[in-house]
Amino acid sequence: MTEEIRALSAQYAADPSSLVFLRLGEVLRAGGHTDAALKVVLQGLSRYPHLPEAHDLHARILVDRRDFAGAFDEWDMVLRLVPHHVGAHKGIGFLYYRAGELDRALYHLRAAAELDPEDAGLHAAVERVAGGEEIWDTPMPEAPLERAPLRTEAERSADLPFGELPGGSDGLLLSDQNGLPLGGGIRTLAGNDVSEQAAAALAGVAREAARAARLLAMGEWSHLSVECADVSACILNPTADSTLLAVIDAGTPGGQLAFVADRAAKSARTWLGRQR
Amino acid sequence: MSRDFEALLGGLTRMRGVRGALLVSAEDGIPVAGAMQEDAQGPALSALAATLLARVRELTARTGHEPPRFLHLQAADGLLLLAPAHGDLIVVGVAGREALIGPVRLEMLRIAEQLH
Repeated sequence: MTEEIRALSAQYAADPSSLVFLRLGEVLRAGGHTDAALKVVLQGLSRYPHLPEAHDLHARILVDRRDFAGAFDEWDMVLRLVPHHVGAHKGIGFLYYRAGELDRALYHLRAAAELDPEDAGLHAAVERVAGGEEIWDTPMPEAPLERAPLRTEAERSADLPFGELPGGSDGLLLSDQNGLPLGGGIRTLAGNDVSEQAAAALAGVAREAARAARLLAMGEWSHLSVECADVSACILNPTADSTLLAVIDAGTPGGQLAFVADRAAKSARTWLGRQR
Repeated sequence: MSRDFEALLGGLTRMRGVRGALLVSAEDGIPVAGAMQEDAQGPALSALAATLLARVRELTARTGHEPPRFLHLQAADGLLLLAPAHGDLIVVGVAGREALIGPVRLEMLRIAEQLH
């Protein structure tokens, strides 16, 4: 495969306007090089924005990256360009199925199966989604009004850095090194969401903590504990390019704050790893 | 005045693991009094402590909380501890990992209280 990638890359470099990017993207994707595949297909789409096969490939790469909403948009684009595209019907059917929207899934999978009657696996999938009912003799229903499939509860939860923690994201905020909030949220006692302002200030604190530790020759800093009259807080870097703020009521034992912060940092690391 | 401040810090500097203690002006980051094992570190420590406190104060203000009364920066080879006092002063301590954080914290809060 490496040889094939090398040969296709050379071909593509020699003629960037050729359609060889489709084959190169497929091979890269099949080899698990999704970042490289994505780069290639996006370059191709910049030259051929109305090429259905490029949008189809893009959608499959996005599924590999678990960007299901993006994949839906790409396949939806394919169906606008080519209403009888088998791959797009299969892809959208799959997305609806995994979101539990069986009627919509069945419509698209059946449409794909009727366009490709030789695909036995697809036929079996249609019958499975239909719940074993006899379906092939009933007329094809009207096309449903398309909308992006709802995400499952587990996905919504997994999408948040602290979604899997028992207490959710209360009092937890994750920011990037530029001070942009990545997840969680901080509210004032009056209930106002101040996450953006807090994230900006949090990045400044993390930079200053790193600078102090470095210039005082204290080695790498691990955390900064802050005591106020009303709350206690712990600030740490779950990864080299993110900062976490954990806030709990004053009077809570210090050990509990450390426990909350460590658990949230672990959850944030897992979530950040999934995003990359 | 400076001698009074240094007497105030005396107990802190003698505690186990404490490498130095300073009183610092929060506004301009200049040391007012204190003693460091390495004298050259005083001005740098003062400036760093004042800036770090300013950043944390900004954070607590933006989140609608009370200003900080104690900060503990834990690093691989030591601790930086800050106790803002009334007005413009900060009690700053630098300690090794062998320091007992509980007694050092209480002493710093006591000093900060006495500066009221």
